[in-house]
Amino acid sequence: MVAWTEFERATIKDIFSKIDYDVVGPAALCRCLVVYPWTQRYFGNFGNLYNAAAIMGNPLVAKHGTTILNGLERAVKDMDNIKTTYAELSVLHSEKLHVDPDNFKLLSDCLTIVVAAQFGKAFTAEVQAAFQKFLAVVVSSLGRQYH
Amino acid sequence: MSLTDKDKATVKAVWAKISKSADAIGADALSRMLVVYPQTKTYFSHWPDLGPNSASVKNHGKNVMGGIALAVSKIDDLTAGLLELSEQHAFQLRVDPANFKILSHCILVVIAGLFPKDFTPEAHVAVDKFFCGVSLALAERYR
Repeated sequence: MVAWTEFERATIKDIFSKIDYDVVGPAALCRCLVVYPWTQRYFGNFGNLYNAAAIMGNPLVAKHGTTILNGLERAVKDMDNIKTTYAELSVLHSEKLHVDPDNFKLLSDCLTIVVAAQFGKAFTAEVQAAFQKFLAVVVSSLGRQYH
Repeated sequence: MSLTDKDKATVKAVWAKISKSADAIGADALSRMLVVYPQTKTYFSHWPDLGPNSASVKNHGKNVMGGIALAVSKIDDLTAGLLELSEQHAFQLRVDPANFKILSHCILVVIAGLFPKDFTPEAHVAVDKFFCGVSLALAERYR
């Protein structure tokens, strides 16, 4: 069980209430595919990923970015049960999608940077710590069913 | 993952934009690191104050960015250019090299916050590669 402080709970809910999933999701996934190009291995059927411009204009990437943010929202809505919430998704990423769990961290880092870019000064060290702690719990839960 | 000519040009262009704020970036990144990754405080037990307004933190942030500035100027041969700094980190400071990644990430977060429009994915990948190169050069003399 993860122990969340009141500040952490409030911060996570605040961040997610202020981000547009259709903007932040695609931006984070695009950034991940550009900054860590080997992550493109999981998106072979997404079409044109040849360069940054292609990635950023790719509608399948954008749609998947939004899907990811909606997935994260499930954890935000039930922060005390993130492990249970993601048990099925963990099996999916392991058994069906065969995603190396190290990639979850790469996407987390990109998401942190996209959120930092949006919030500017408001993304203080304490807010960053809370956000990264949340993402670390998500990442750990997603990796839990791998064997 | 060595730096292409395009990467080097991008890094220099980004540096040109952010270098005026280097001191502030260094101080913010360092103080952020101490909060977000509390284990890094173990290297600074000799500082009386680890808060964001601490003179020690501000001053050291300046030092770190001075090192980055040096690295930009020696971007064509980071290993040779950072040899002295590597020896300092290896023999005196003995900072576990895993922490270079941590501080790099914090610097990227600060740059993204201060220059959201300029820190595009293309700029991000070049700077990230550059920091990886700097980290590698800093670890050169460790063993």
